[in-house]
Amino acid sequence: MAIWVNGETRLVVQGITGKEGTFHALACRDYGTRVVAGVTPGKGGSTVGESAGVAGIPVYDTVAEARAATECNAAMIFVPPPFAADAIMESAAAQVELTVCITEGIPVADMLRVKAFLADHPTRLIGPNCPGVISPGMAKIGIMPGHIHTPGGVGVISRSGTLTYEAVWQLTNLGLGQSTCVGIGGDPINGTSFIDVLQAFAGDPETEGIVMIGEIGGSAEEEAAAWIAANYDRPVVGFIAGRTAPPGRRMGHAGAIVAGGRGTAAEKMAAMRAAGLHVVESPAKLGETMAQALLAQRAQRPVQAPRVPRANGG
Amino acid sequence: MKIHEFQAKEILRAHGVATPRGRVTDDPAAAATICEELGGRCVVKAQIHAGGRGKGGGVKLARSPEEAREIAGRILGMRLVTPQTGPEGQLVRRVLIEEALDIARELYVSVTLDRHAGKPIVMASAAGGMEIEEVAARDPGAILRQEVEPLLGLLPFQGRALARGLGLAGATAGKAAKLLSALVGAYLATDASLVEINPLLVTGGGDVLALDAKMTFDDNALFRRPEVVAMRDLAEENAMEVEAGKFNLNYIKLDGNIACMVNGAGLAMATMDIIQLYGGEPANFLDVGGGASQEAVKNAFRLLVSDPAVRAVLINIFGGIARTDRIARGVVGAIEELGNVTLPVVVRLEGTNVEQGREVLRQAPFKFIVAEQMADAAEKVVAAARGGA
Repeated sequence: MAIWVNGETRLVVQGITGKEGTFHALACRDYGTRVVAGVTPGKGGSTVGESAGVAGIPVYDTVAEARAATECNAAMIFVPPPFAADAIMESAAAQVELTVCITEGIPVADMLRVKAFLADHPTRLIGPNCPGVISPGMAKIGIMPGHIHTPGGVGVISRSGTLTYEAVWQLTNLGLGQSTCVGIGGDPINGTSFIDVLQAFAGDPETEGIVMIGEIGGSAEEEAAAWIAANYDRPVVGFIAGRTAPPGRRMGHAGAIVAGGRGTAAEKMAAMRAAGLHVVESPAKLGETMAQALLAQRAQRPVQAPRVPRANGG
Repeated sequence: MKIHEFQAKEILRAHGVATPRGRVTDDPAAAATICEELGGRCVVKAQIHAGGRGKGGGVKLARSPEEAREIAGRILGMRLVTPQTGPEGQLVRRVLIEEALDIARELYVSVTLDRHAGKPIVMASAAGGMEIEEVAARDPGAILRQEVEPLLGLLPFQGRALARGLGLAGATAGKAAKLLSALVGAYLATDASLVEINPLLVTGGGDVLALDAKMTFDDNALFRRPEVVAMRDLAEENAMEVEAGKFNLNYIKLDGNIACMVNGAGLAMATMDIIQLYGGEPANFLDVGGGASQEAVKNAFRLLVSDPAVRAVLINIFGGIARTDRIARGVVGAIEELGNVTLPVVVRLEGTNVEQGREVLRQAPFKFIVAEQMADAAEKVVAAARGGA
């Protein structure tokens, strides 16, 4: 199984006629995602990605039209930062169930408005400033390289992009496949939290364990650790990037800043340890620590041991 | 983005926040004149971006225009060392000359983002002059908090509640509530990420003024705030970081001697971390962007090696959408184009076509140290930096 993204996903790409939008819409389609529509205001009626024997993706002027015509149930946003908040709210107003916003650099004030708007709508927002979501072997919504993933039983949650790929690649090379990998994004205000993803994984019987990759800044990792301690008994491997980051400096991601002595890597790692997570000091050990944790778990609860290929060493 | 105190006060005044009378200058003689205009007594305040100026001797009371001239002459041109500047200090180019007011109480107020609530929040404390972190550590109950609806601003009753919580009454409470509402207005109207007034002054006469002011802004919103961008003072920023900004590189100077170049902010932080884990110290944070194009790598490399502290370079690239062999050719091309690279360069590439990528590096005329995994890369670059090769 998987969470949120699967063979039933029908994707609309907002900003599909831009360079990035086109490239990644087609990459998602190549991976197996059903990309049913694109939206660019003023470009309705055109198509994207048409070639010999392959039908193009129809482009609409609005998400509502795309939804009415194609029954799209998920959106991926590549709209530039000044207009991205509007794009998120447009997909929510059209009742799209899942919206993944890739755009980096949206003003915080815009996201505060989005947050308030989404409270009255059924849409789950993932991101912004995130790599997206992939359920390996089924579908992907995002910019991650599909081929480094492999289907399996490890859930991955992360605030960053390439560091997630690093973790996934370690898992794949150890023979540990992934159920779903969710990049929640590196901004201070985002749509989906660690806890939201953890809850979804907890409800997925095929997710046997979770790799959770946090960053300095905020307190989302501490809250997630507390949730895990109270609610989740499968193994969780945790890492926090940014222990060497000096306070008050923004480390690339808008959210990665140690403010007022809070949000440090040391505090987050301590909270994760206290909650029983397998905390790794070295980002090079994410994969092997997960492999060991799964082995230990299976030794304890042999009945639960299902379907991860070659988890015992690869 | 940061601005100076005098600039923050300009913005706040425009939004209706009361501040002491005063003017900024870079001239000791003018300092005396301004002091005269203010009634012959004034405070001379060094204008640098770093906080803790009082502790470093950058804020002084002058009891006469002559003393104002003398103090301004001493502060202007000095390298002011505060807990936030580092040991080399920051050159003072301007001083703010303000009227000296009688102080009945010093309070603390700030407006910032509460990430957990997803709303702006006003924080206030009766312990003005103290760092809020210190108050939070010592007595968290002493900090008043008021969430703000971003579309509404601070509502009058919320302002009154805060003023009351600070122990203010009567006309003074009314003035404080009005000031708080103006403060939130300024925060919302300028895409600020922080407005901090420490101390907020209550005078013997019951007036409420922002004695100090600090504002920082959401970098992502600068595109629609030209009036804020106009206040940027590049002289206050690290020269290498300014240079990096021109190439759209995300660079932050650190104190170590191992330069690193990484694609992606999270992986860049993790790379710094693993360098330290293996006993080295990173010289910088640098994110060349997800794709790591040859142009970006070249610009980044030139920047990294211009830091005289650097003894070795670690390039850590995860080839995702962009294939590893292409990235390797980009790295080789960048180094060839730069010519006279003498530092040891450890390269760790991972991802698609990784074997071809490593082969490209091995065949290159420049002697790269090729690493296979992050741990291997960290070990090799720490050894290279120690060897001083």
